[in-house]
Amino acid sequence: MTVSRLKMTDLESLRRAKDFIDREYAASLDISAMARTALMSPAHFSRSFREAYGETPYSYLMTRRIERAKAFLREGMSVSDACLAVGCTSLGSFSSRFRELVGMTPSQYRARDHRGFEAIPSCVSMLATRPRRPSIPA
Amino acid sequence: MPLTLATTFILVHDPDAALGFYRDALGLEVRMDVSSEGFRWVTVGAPGQDVSIVLSQPHGGRTQVEGDELLSLVTRGTFQAAIFRTDDLDATFEKVKASGAEILEEPTNQPWGVRDCAVRDPSGNLVRIQASAQ
Repeated sequence: MTVSRLKMTDLESLRRAKDFIDREYAASLDISAMARTALMSPAHFSRSFREAYGETPYSYLMTRRIERAKAFLREGMSVSDACLAVGCTSLGSFSSRFRELVGMTPSQYRARDHRGFEAIPSCVSMLATRPRRPSIPA
Repeated sequence: MPLTLATTFILVHDPDAALGFYRDALGLEVRMDVSSEGFRWVTVGAPGQDVSIVLSQPHGGRTQVEGDELLSLVTRGTFQAAIFRTDDLDATFEKVKASGAEILEEPTNQPWGVRDCAVRDPSGNLVRIQASAQ
């Protein structure tokens, strides 16, 4: 078990940082800002976060942003507005990350039929539609 | 009689801290408090609702390995969630906030039609509280 190497107090701090990312995804977050919420040095934070959650903090932030962008696109927002709304400043890197995680371009995703999601509360659809990336070997 | 939910379980790392949240802040009543082998099982529920929630510790009645894994999942905030409903969301939210709970989302009108907020219990479990339909 890799997680057993982390203390419970570390896991608590990492959870706070993850909640912070979930909440502040649209802000221009860098590693130092995220590490501060966990009261850790950036290097220790990145390593521990990856150990606890299977992806780096930045990668988690981008996963969260793409998940929110998917919600905005389902509501009919334009691709460039969705990109800005989730805190991405470059349409190019937004689109390539979107494509990598979702398997299609933002415009292709926007054009799909999303009626099946209307009845689901967003806390559920957030998990159901969250892009999954394969875990990174430690 | 149709099937109904009788009891469900929420894992907590510290029963006293959990009572500070579920009893003192949310207002649930304590229906049973059982200790065995150094662990506690505290049964709470909403007054007037015949559904019980057992607050129990991850290591209670389990092996060290199982308990460690469950506690780790709970602490990381990924294990379980509960959604409560209230007539006065804003008052409940203020009470929960004053108890020192971590706030994930203030009372918000959600696009799917409900008004709710999201917090963490002292162990890291996700708790959403929604306003009853008017």
